[in-house]
Amino acid sequence: MSDTSLSTLAAQLAAKQVSSRELAQTYLDRIAALNPSINAFITVDPEKTLLEAAAADALIAAGQAGPLTGVPIAHKDIFCTDGWLTTCGSKMLHNFVAPYDAHVIQRFKAAGMPSLGKTNMDEFAMGSSNETSHFGPVKNPWNPAYVPGGSSGGAAACVAARMAPAATGTDTGGSIRQPAALCGITGLKPTYGLVSRYGMIAFASSLDQAGPMAPSAEDCALLLNVMTGFDPNDSTSLERDKEDYTRDLGKPLTGLRVGLPREFFAEGLNNEVAAAVDAAVEELKNLGATTVEISLANSKLAIPVYYVLAPAEASSNLSRFDGVRYGYRAPDYASLDDMYCKTRAQGFGAEVKRRILIGAYVLSHGYYDAYYLQAQKIRRLIADDFNEAFKACDVILGPTAPGTAFKLGEKSDDPVEMYLNDLYTIPANLAGLPGMSLPCGFDTRGLPIGLQLVGNYFSEAKMLNVAHQYQRTTDWHARAPEGLK
Amino acid sequence: MSLSPDDVKRIARLARIETSDAEAQATQAQLNTIFDLIATMQAVDTRGIAPMAHAQEVFQRLRDDAVTETDRHAAFQAIAPAVENGLYLVPKVIE
Repeated sequence: MSDTSLSTLAAQLAAKQVSSRELAQTYLDRIAALNPSINAFITVDPEKTLLEAAAADALIAAGQAGPLTGVPIAHKDIFCTDGWLTTCGSKMLHNFVAPYDAHVIQRFKAAGMPSLGKTNMDEFAMGSSNETSHFGPVKNPWNPAYVPGGSSGGAAACVAARMAPAATGTDTGGSIRQPAALCGITGLKPTYGLVSRYGMIAFASSLDQAGPMAPSAEDCALLLNVMTGFDPNDSTSLERDKEDYTRDLGKPLTGLRVGLPREFFAEGLNNEVAAAVDAAVEELKNLGATTVEISLANSKLAIPVYYVLAPAEASSNLSRFDGVRYGYRAPDYASLDDMYCKTRAQGFGAEVKRRILIGAYVLSHGYYDAYYLQAQKIRRLIADDFNEAFKACDVILGPTAPGTAFKLGEKSDDPVEMYLNDLYTIPANLAGLPGMSLPCGFDTRGLPIGLQLVGNYFSEAKMLNVAHQYQRTTDWHARAPEGLK
Repeated sequence: MSLSPDDVKRIARLARIETSDAEAQATQAQLNTIFDLIATMQAVDTRGIAPMAHAQEVFQRLRDDAVTETDRHAAFQAIAPAVENGLYLVPKVIE
């Protein structure tokens, strides 16, 4: 397949050059060929996919097609999908067939976009390498000895390997942007509250946000048009007028003020990543942007703050997994309490248990003020830094991750080393700001490098255009790994 | 601050996760490296700073006090580990 941009696929479908069934089958064939080695999908169900594609073809034939009707998409296995196995990458939900659709799934179904399957992920979205999945690690399509990033690693890998033209992801501390960077695709975490969390299995509810993952910014804009919108079923869903996120694509970047946070270019950043990001800044200057140095002085505290707040929220959210109403239940137990304790000991993996324990501790009597409250106060300082920075710039630019992909197993024994991967992505989650990653080069090993943009609240259209203008003059996003058959 | 294996077992008990002595030992070392990282927060002066619980100034919406859900207990219980007569089965709690 040559040009698989969503606008091209949609145009081919509209012109009846290809049917949705044919398109879905092409991708299903590629998944069948590549997934055994990449492991990007946990569940594929060709029969269901082709039924949905046939329904899309009927809509197209009846003249009732929307902009993306018939274009297939892969969904992260964190979204409840009616009648589909929905595991969240965990043994705890290894047998959970969801009885309803997440709001995001409802929207893609209403748009007539067939599901290609459910993508692999770190267990309960806790991880930066996809190695915590109960269903085995995902391999990076650029080099199978390397991780794809996480937690939306299956989503990033399936798009990079062109097993799907697009995918959904979720981002609590970088889980869309970091795998997008490590796999050489584009991914966007919207402003908190733009996309409903209904039916999205909760990790840290004040940070979790779903977003699109695809080769280009233009693709992401089209997907965001489908995903966003008010939902009464999510108490944090924002009531806002519907936006067209493609509306700014094509505007010149003349006069755009790009803020470069000095803390994001300090020690710890890999030289090759720094050089690629610097080159991207020069490219944006050629397109008419100016740069200004800014400071996000408290961003160095984002990781400790995150590792108090996210586990605290997770320990509460994951208390629902008790072996009573759905999912895994331990086979042998002596009492109700013993059933809970054994079910949770056997059903959760090591990283998930670690985070539940951290959360239970920081919320426990005598530690709440010192940890939880202190973290919430520093969260405010981090958000205030961004507010101040946006007085001087329109968009903030830096690396997405401190390095490129690392080898499978390289960091899996050292949780803190793994956590440091999300150094540059976590601040946007804490502040609730939109952030995106787009490809800006390769290192000497041939692994992709990601560039991060963080925008002010609700500035997705502007950010997408910055990325789009960059992608009109570069071809990093259009490159796919060779040798995959 | 440093957690002992007994602390780990106490937290695991709060979280209802069965943990053996050997597991508590291994977990203790990892949790302590994480708490060393978290401890860097303690040096920050946050007097007078209001805690930020949420990214947006949100409030709980109220809806009309009307039944909106349909009865789907059969579908929900079809995926439960053990049910009988429309009830979830668990070990006996009260003798």
